[in-house]
Amino acid sequence: MSTPLVYALAGAALFAIGFYALVARAHLLRKVLAVNVMTSGAFFVLVGLAQRAGPPDPVPHALVLTGIVIAVSATALALVLLRRYYDASGATTLEEDAGP
Amino acid sequence: MILALGAAALAAILVWAILNAPPPDVYLREQVLREAAVTGAAHPVTAVLLGFRAWDTLLEIAVLLLAILGAAAAAGGEPRRPAPPPHDPVLSALVNALVPVMILVAGYLLWAGTKQPGGAFQAGAVLAAAGVLLGLAGALPALDPERPALRLWLAGGLALFLAVFLAGALAGALLAVEAALTLSIAATLVALFASARQ
Repeated sequence: MSTPLVYALAGAALFAIGFYALVARAHLLRKVLAVNVMTSGAFFVLVGLAQRAGPPDPVPHALVLTGIVIAVSATALALVLLRRYYDASGATTLEEDAGP
Repeated sequence: MILALGAAALAAILVWAILNAPPPDVYLREQVLREAAVTGAAHPVTAVLLGFRAWDTLLEIAVLLLAILGAAAAAGGEPRRPAPPPHDPVLSALVNALVPVMILVAGYLLWAGTKQPGGAFQAGAVLAAAGVLLGLAGALPALDPERPALRLWLAGGLALFLAVFLAGALAGALLAVEAALTLSIAATLVALFASARQ
């Protein structure tokens, strides 16, 4: 098994772990973190698969670089909205996730 | 339990898909290396970012600006300063030692970006980290998004990129555009950090 393939498979594992946390955890901060883990998994897959056939292809690498900045922007906005939601409602979970 | 099984099934499907992915039938690497000279950047990733896929980069800067606009809107207008941190001699010494070096590293990354790994985003991230450190040490003035100077700074990178892009002169002004992008990206990230802390 080549090193790029290990990166890609680790990315798949990260994506699944993040997906589990996203649906299983109710706390909104955990959901934001879970989405971050999922995007990291997607980046791993892109970077890994881009170099399985020899020297790395620069186009997926540039896409990942773009994606990292987008992920950071989305996370920051999500955190601000989460803070605002907490200030307004005093809750850290969505109503339908709040449990019995 | 069902969720864990579902996530495991998702992992299995993804692993299967990765292992059975067909080999790529286009090799963009050769094309990028052959045509990189027309973009004004010698490094293939920089050539892709600011040349062949400049639209992506342009819209990415727009997304950054959108995020800070959304954060400023969600903050509700009245800027609240976070409580000034207690004086921490260790943090102050660290900031004094690190921030000049980080500014130097950011400048180097920016300059190196045309022919080595590096460029506006890496330099902007290092510069933003320096800004966040300064903010944590309480050495940064309050970032009030109402101030015209800050607005200009935040939007400057996108504005210059757009102007050069529309003039079709991107290949000639690559380093100037990257420098403006670096400053805008750093300011945006620091402002986002500050607004998330409030």
